[in-house]
Amino acid sequence: MDALQLRKQLIEYTAELFSEGFLDEQFTQLQQLQDETNPNFVVEVVSLFFQDSERLLNELAKSLSQQEIDFKKIDAYVHQLKGSSSSVGAHRVQRSCISFRDFCNAKNIEGCLECLQKVKQEYSLIKDKLETFFDLEQRLSATGGSPPLP
Amino acid sequence: MVMAEESEFHVLAVDDSLLDRKLIEKLLRTSSYQVTTVDSGSKALEFLGVHEDDSTSPDSSPSVSSSDGNHQVVEVDLVITDYCMPGMTGYDLLKKIKESSSLRNIPVVIMSSENVPSRISRCLEEGAEEFFLKPVRQSDLSRLKPHMMKTKLNDRTQREEVMEERGGERCGREIEIEPEASQQHHQQQQLSSNNSAPKRKAMDEMALSPDRTRPRATIASTTP
Repeated sequence: MDALQLRKQLIEYTAELFSEGFLDEQFTQLQQLQDETNPNFVVEVVSLFFQDSERLLNELAKSLSQQEIDFKKIDAYVHQLKGSSSSVGAHRVQRSCISFRDFCNAKNIEGCLECLQKVKQEYSLIKDKLETFFDLEQRLSATGGSPPLP
Repeated sequence: MVMAEESEFHVLAVDDSLLDRKLIEKLLRTSSYQVTTVDSGSKALEFLGVHEDDSTSPDSSPSVSSSDGNHQVVEVDLVITDYCMPGMTGYDLLKKIKESSSLRNIPVVIMSSENVPSRISRCLEEGAEEFFLKPVRQSDLSRLKPHMMKTKLNDRTQREEVMEERGGERCGREIEIEPEASQQHHQQQQLSSNNSAPKRKAMDEMALSPDRTRPRATIASTTP
């Protein structure tokens, strides 16, 4: 695939991610912060998001499988996950955290378990899509094609 | 030791999230500020020169000891801190800074992912200059400079006054200058009257700004 086609594909893919609500304005902010002094800024921040999320999802699964459920702790984890997803613009993950916190407050175990599944799903989706996005970007830059402006 | 005129502002950013620290550092550097990041309120106080037993270091200013035993002064022009942190919250940190005679003039800004009116008013009442909703944007940072400039001007005026008194004698180190009672009162008045105006303006701006797609700090009532 040549540079022009790749570029077009990247632009279309990005537009899709935004229109389907996977990403929001904050992701654009990140792209705009990237410059020559820090050319991998977005990838680095998103990697931190992946690391954070995986750790938190593990902790959540563990906490929800305990005999005595510590809802305060669970709420704290969800709060952190909501924060990270919001900071990178992972809109649907952030949204799924909001309902999660409501179930925590209500001490509703079933609700929490369902929410955990939902968050995991959304996380898995956005991870996949962002990896595809970065792959497209990399392939475009390898052809020497100019990146689209965020 | 020569006192250098600082033309750059130095911001201390406090957040327990590594991701958010990376973000705020980038935002601040992009605005041409010098940045130091720490991951907790207690580390922030340590950096500012306040020891665990609540006493301040002998020269009563932020300091880092160098190997030859001389204290180098690390000037911090603004502290920006997350609200929700384990252990010491951003609010606790704000309180400690405002309670410290050497640190109280440092402007403090609070960041939070949650829009809780009572939290916002509590922080502003305790002396925070601004309250930013996360994720913080570059446009938010443009509100920082006036606060840093005001403090720097006050500090510089005080230093110059002391130097004049000494008849041009060189100050060897940064010394703590206790402003006269009346001057301090005036300062506080200035600070508090300045505080209400920009806050109100910021809130009105938010309500009226057409390109603001999400609600920011709104105070529906002031019930604590």
